[in-house]
Amino acid sequence: MTEPRKEPGAGPLRVVVDLNRCQGYAQCCYAAPEHFELRGHEVLFYDPTPPAGKQAEIARAVQACPVRAISFDMGSVS
Amino acid sequence: MSPDEPGIVVVGASLAGLRGAEALRRGGYAGPLTLVGDEPHAPYDRPPLSKHVLAGELRPDATALPHLADLDATWRLGQPAVGLDRSARVLRLADGVELRYEKLLIATGAQARPWPVTDGSGPLPSGIHTLRSRDDAAALRIALAAGPKRVLIVGGGLIGCEAASCCRDLGLAVTLADPNPTPLARILGSLIGSVIVSCMNTAGVDFRPGTHVEAFEADASGRVCRARLKDGAAIETDCVIVALGATRDTSWLAEAGLNADAGGLTCDSACRALDSEGRPAPGLYAAGDVARCPSPFYGGRLVAFEHWGNAVAQAGHAARNMLANDDDQRAYRHLPSFWSSQFGINIKGVGLADGADAVAVVQGSRASRRFLAVYGREGRAIAAISFDQARWLPAYAERIEAGAAFPPILGATDQSIKDFGAPDFPEPRSR
Repeated sequence: MTEPRKEPGAGPLRVVVDLNRCQGYAQCCYAAPEHFELRGHEVLFYDPTPPAGKQAEIARAVQACPVRAISFDMGSVS
Repeated sequence: MSPDEPGIVVVGASLAGLRGAEALRRGGYAGPLTLVGDEPHAPYDRPPLSKHVLAGELRPDATALPHLADLDATWRLGQPAVGLDRSARVLRLADGVELRYEKLLIATGAQARPWPVTDGSGPLPSGIHTLRSRDDAAALRIALAAGPKRVLIVGGGLIGCEAASCCRDLGLAVTLADPNPTPLARILGSLIGSVIVSCMNTAGVDFRPGTHVEAFEADASGRVCRARLKDGAAIETDCVIVALGATRDTSWLAEAGLNADAGGLTCDSACRALDSEGRPAPGLYAAGDVARCPSPFYGGRLVAFEHWGNAVAQAGHAARNMLANDDDQRAYRHLPSFWSSQFGINIKGVGLADGADAVAVVQGSRASRRFLAVYGREGRAIAAISFDQARWLPAYAERIEAGAAFPPILGATDQSIKDFGAPDFPEPRSR
């Protein structure tokens, strides 16, 4: 039996974007340019494991998304 | 966990299992909760595997999914379920552990359809890959990084096309063989699939339509060196990706008296698993790729969607019904939607296009590779697909859900209807 990580903040953050919802508004790319990048017209490439220290930037990206497509956690697991 | 309170067990620890477990907690379930997964990994996201992981931009283990609720769960990872005793309400795992359950959420998903090995054909050569799990992607990434002389992809569905795109990004020679006239022919038809052919031509993918791979040959070391085709020709290759779709993981349910096979576990509209008599099996629900449910938008047709959005939505819906009374079991109404990125283009779709008798490009043009096309059947809009034109899609999804006439939106700014005609789907599979 494998237990996922327990301690909050022990590892990187975990980010996922619902790319059905994403409409390529690219607000995340302004809020956290190191972790979200729009390629071509509307392909979003994002970093699913930003370092724990980037939490504020990722939270800004979440709040900037006009279609609420971004979710993340602190790398902690219940 | 108290032995007299078995609680809820979720079988399958991928996207649907995780989001289902979260929905149970968010829905107020406070009892014991166990998640069972056949892979040793915590729940991870699959879409990046056939894109950024193959391209080497993301490590395979970078795709772990965030947890969006406090689960307080017991995890049993790396232990596939091997049997279900419905009368005793016991789930059996490969290591012999027996888990009692009060309710079970079945989210065991699907697995890559392997290359069919026939009697007498001997063992499969090495260097032949499938692409479904994180471990598949890790192995294939290593193979691609080693610089094969020519990658052969068998099957031009979404995974095959994404892999072909990645191979070209990596500068690798790649051939994609498909029995149909274009890639994505089964899901989009060849009128739209022809746009992918033109992308492949530009990118330098050697696309071989109407091509049936029959067998693989190995060199002296047992490594694949050649694919033999039905017409007698051959393709030299030292790395093969078999991309023939997926089969549902229901073998563990073989003795459970349910309506389950490689096409899925049949459910009713409330996501309740049906027994072999067609009655809802008490306490048994299913969600995600494994769940074959009637789709209200397609005449109740039974469909097991292999879509990210369906896994999330259906798991949430099944969890809701698991916590509701028997007289409050709501029907799942979900218009399927998917996305893919390949050759630099964002492809998004809503609805089921197969079965359409007409298609029209209603925004943009195929030549520009930037367009929205809508599909119709018997005068109603049933599906829409966008190539780098995603912002139009939600409006079409609404009209499709409402059963609007085809084409559903007329007179929009910049709209010029083109390519109004037959979508050109292949004949249904004989096997």
